[in-house]
Parts: sequence; structure tokens; C-alpha cells
Amino acid sequence: MSAPAVPVAGPATLGRGTKAGVDRWGGVIELWLRAHTAIVYAFLYLPIVIVVLFSFNANRLATIWTGFSLEWYTTALGDEVVQAALLNSFSVALPNAVLATAFGTMAALGLQRVGRKLRTTFDALTYISIIVPEIVIALSTLVLFASSFSFINDTLGTRIQLGIPTIIAAHMLFNISIVLLLVRARLSGMDRTMVEASYDLYASPWRTFRQITLPQLLPAIVAGFLLAFTFSFDDYVITSFVSGPGSSTLPIFIFGQVKRGVSPETNAVATMMLVFTLAMLALGQAALTRNARRSGGRQAGGMAGMIAETNG
Amino acid sequence: MATAVQTPEEAKGIRGRGSSALLTTALIFPAGLWYVLLLVAPLIIVTIFSFGNRAKNGGYEAAFTFDNYVRLLTQTQRMEPFFTSLWMAVAGTIGCLLVGLPLAYFIATRTTRHKGLFILLLVIPFWTSFLIRTYAWLIVLGRENVGGFIGSLIGDADFRILGTPAAVLVGLVYGYLPLMVFPLYVTLERMDRTLVEASKDLGAGRWATFRQITLPIALPGLITGSILVFIPMMGEYVIPQILGYGRTFLVGNALVDAFVQTRNWPFGSAMAVLLILVMLITITFYVWFVNRGRHGREVSVL
Repeated sequence: MSAPAVPVAGPATLGRGTKAGVDRWGGVIELWLRAHTAIVYAFLYLPIVIVVLFSFNANRLATIWTGFSLEWYTTALGDEVVQAALLNSFSVALPNAVLATAFGTMAALGLQRVGRKLRTTFDALTYISIIVPEIVIALSTLVLFASSFSFINDTLGTRIQLGIPTIIAAHMLFNISIVLLLVRARLSGMDRTMVEASYDLYASPWRTFRQITLPQLLPAIVAGFLLAFTFSFDDYVITSFVSGPGSSTLPIFIFGQVKRGVSPETNAVATMMLVFTLAMLALGQAALTRNARRSGGRQAGGMAGMIAETNG
Repeated sequence: MATAVQTPEEAKGIRGRGSSALLTTALIFPAGLWYVLLLVAPLIIVTIFSFGNRAKNGGYEAAFTFDNYVRLLTQTQRMEPFFTSLWMAVAGTIGCLLVGLPLAYFIATRTTRHKGLFILLLVIPFWTSFLIRTYAWLIVLGRENVGGFIGSLIGDADFRILGTPAAVLVGLVYGYLPLMVFPLYVTLERMDRTLVEASKDLGAGRWATFRQITLPIALPGLITGSILVFIPMMGEYVIPQILGYGRTFLVGNALVDAFVQTRNWPFGSAMAVLLILVMLITITFYVWFVNRGRHGREVSVL
């Protein structure tokens, strides 16, 4: 069980501030801190590593290792249920991310232009949408959809039902809030003098937005888009309650499999999902780093820093 | 999630330039529509339903009664999921704290060039599917692995971790740990290290320095982190379902049971309202705590 590349602080930083002889527990505490950190990182990665490892297991049983095989990937990719779920996952995540990013960014920009009362209301709703437990949102949205659909269908004789559009709509609520928070945080930390300068040089509002504001907001917008996409791609709780017949996504497939006992095929599907979302993270990180370097910005922490900042 | 709120001066400065009410409305409208239709409306419906009766075939029948609340608050058996959730969330928060504080302290004070890498390594698991990270523990804690190992250590062949509250607790701490570490790290990182040096120079021991300098400084981060993990733990549904085999019955499970299995929407709605109230009380307490002694400033905390 090796910790995944946990770099250890150089010896120079180690004994600083500890006086040998006076503080004999210093060394023990330093050792404990390091050991603790290494163990926690191992704890964080162990389950993920195990899922990936067992997806290559030659055995039908998911829990005992017998040998290396790619068999489960072939099985998974050839499985029509998996193919349909994969297609559904993308059909949900992509439109959701595009729309949520657009609406969230627009609202962040618009909120700068409104009075304090409306802004406070909006802020309150944003926080409520994040604070209210996902399961409550999921069930109350289900009740809303079910009640209104049965009413519409009864009066108009239509046959509207739950499906991919309802999943997209439900996911967008949370994602608009996330994008809104990220973009607003970025806006409030933005250098206003550039905008002033642009106006002083007689640039139109639209041009100022395109050439000054938008490039500065881009890291937050990219991060928001990727967060929205991944949330939607990985979400189980909301999806499972507002999905209809034939609109199962990958997480729903995995949950169903897990309930029947983890199979190597489950692990193979999970591994592909992991690889995909991590590739997205890497892509976002790369885009942000390049953007930061080009604009000489301080956002050196990239995506990770941005997420940590928003959480802080 | 501390987000600095635009000061009124800034807002005014922007509003002064070529603004039009139409554009502002167009910018805010879509998000506003979503908030109204998919947040406000569902929550209002649930609140209304909580005062109604269960229809014969399940669902909602219009009425105005407090029956659902009375039944919920007076029948111990009905309240049990709340108490289970509460103690699991408290235990999970303490677990996150015990695991997260030394970790955040290490990253903030002992790493130099690699800080970003340490943080990135915390974000990566958090970025990956919650469902996958949770079910992975089915393999880790299973009878063939940790569960069986502990069983053989204590000589009990029937020993199981999966399906017990312990498994749920492991899942909770694992799932939400980064949310505890981020704010702790941020406060500890901003800490003025000379205070620690001064404390030591004045002859204070390690423990005294930690208790009197580090801990008070880390307190805002500690409280923020605790809230950030406590709230989702309180409403957790997937982890008890997978790692607890549905036997550790939390509020989330009780809600699904009421809405989907027994289709008693009014009773489920009453539970949902109570859960939201618990969250609001927690948040109010938090806001009050953070804003102590900081009157007159517009501070947006969460």
C-alpha cells in the first residue's frame, strides 16, 4: 500500500522552531504529522485504486484477485444497456453544462446591475439551492413534475412524462448556483481599472465586455462549465428520481449493479467514468494554467485553487 | 463558500455606464426563472402538502391539518431516522475533524513548494463520482478484505462491517473529508506564524501554543468546515443505502420510503420541512457565530 506520490517536505523545514533537548516531543510530533498525512492520502486513494484494479480482474467475483484481463471492458462496451446509459449521460450532462454556464454567468453579470434588495434575494436563493439536501430537492422536484404532468395530461390529453429533459432541468438548478458563485467571486476580485481604462478609451460596453471582462472571467466560466458537466455526469440522487423509462444514466446503471453485488463489469464501467472525469479535470487545469500564464494572473492554483477558494 | 459580495459603490460604478433595464432583466431572467420554477415552487408545494392528507391511492389530497407534524413529532418511531441522522452526522463531523485537522495543519505549515500538489491530491477524489467512491468501500470493507481480517483478529467468523453504522460512518468521513480540510487549510495557511514563535519564545509548550494560538485562529475554518460536512451528512441518502444495506435508516431513507414506497406524500413533506428547518437552524447559528463582533458590515458567509 504505497501512498500515491506524497512528496515529503525537505529536511530544512522540519526542525524549524524546535529546540533540541528542550522539546523532546517535537520529533515524535513531526513524525506523527507526516505519518498521518501519508495514511490519509492512502485512505483517499485506496478505494479508487481498488475499483480500477479489480476492473482488470480475470475472475467473475469482484472481490478476489486472480489475474489480469481486459475481458470486462469488452463486455461492458458491448453491453447495450451500458451503451444506452452512456448516451443518456452525455445527452444530459452536455446541454445541462452549456445552459447552466450561460445562465449562471449571465445572472452573475446582471446582478451587478441591480439594486441591493433583488441581489440579496438572489443570493439567498443561491445558498438555499446549495444548502437544501439533494434528496429533498430530488423528491420535491419529483412531486412537482408528477403533479403538474398529471394535471397537464388530464386536461390536454397529452402524454408528457419524466425523461431526459426533466433530468436536465433538475440538474441545472444546482449548476446555475455553482456557476453563479464562481463567476461572482471572480467578478468581485476583478481589477476595475482596466474596465475604466477601456471606457476612457471610448470602447463600447460590448467591446469592453468582450476584450476586458470576459477574458478575466474565463477561468471561472471554464471551471463552472466543468463542474456543471461532472456534477451532472456523476449525479445519482436527483437523476434517479426525475428520470423516466429509458432515460437511465451511467450512475443509475452502476447503482443497480451494486445493489446486486459488485461485478467486474461494474468496475470497468466505473473506471471508464473515472478516467473520463479526470481527463476533464486535467483539461480544465491545463486551460486555466495557460490562461493564467498568458494574462500573468495570480490564479496559479488553477482549478484546484479555485475550488478550494470557493469552498473556503 | 465565502464569496465576497460586491460593495454598493462598485455596483453603482458599473450601473452608471450604458446600462439598460432591458439588458439587466434579460441577463437575470433565465436563472431567476429556474430558481422560481425548480426551487421555490417545489419547496412551496412540499410545504403545502405537509398540511394535507394522503389520498387513497397514495399522493396528496387537499386538506388543512397538522396531523402529519403531530404524528412525526410525537411518535418516537417516526422521529428515529432524525435521531440516527443527527448522531451519525455529529460522529461524522468529529471524524472529519480528527482526520482533517492534522492534515490541514501539515499542508498549511509543513509543505513549501508542493502546497498546490497536496491540495490538488485532495481535490481529485472529490472530483470523481461520489457513487463510485462509495461503492468501492463495499470491496474494501467486505468479508474477503478488511471485514474478514478484523473478524479473524477478534476470532469472530460472523463479524461484518458492511450493513452496520460503522460502515456508513466510514463512508461519510471518506466522502466529505475534503470539505472539512479546505476551509481549515485556508485559515491555517493565513495564520501569522510569528505568533507561534512568540508563544514558544515566551516559554509556552507545544500543547499550550496549540490550544491558545493555533486553535483559536483555526476556529472560523473549523466551524465552516464542520457546517460544510454536517449539513450534507444530515441529508445523506446514498451512503446508508449502499454501505449500510439500507439498515442504518437515515432521514434521507425515510423520505424516499414515504414518497416512493408508501406514497404518503403529506407525511414525507412534513419530514422534508422538518429537515429543512434543522438545516436553517444550524445555518442561523453558524451565521450568528461568524458575525459575532462584526456588526455593520455586509458579510456573506457560506
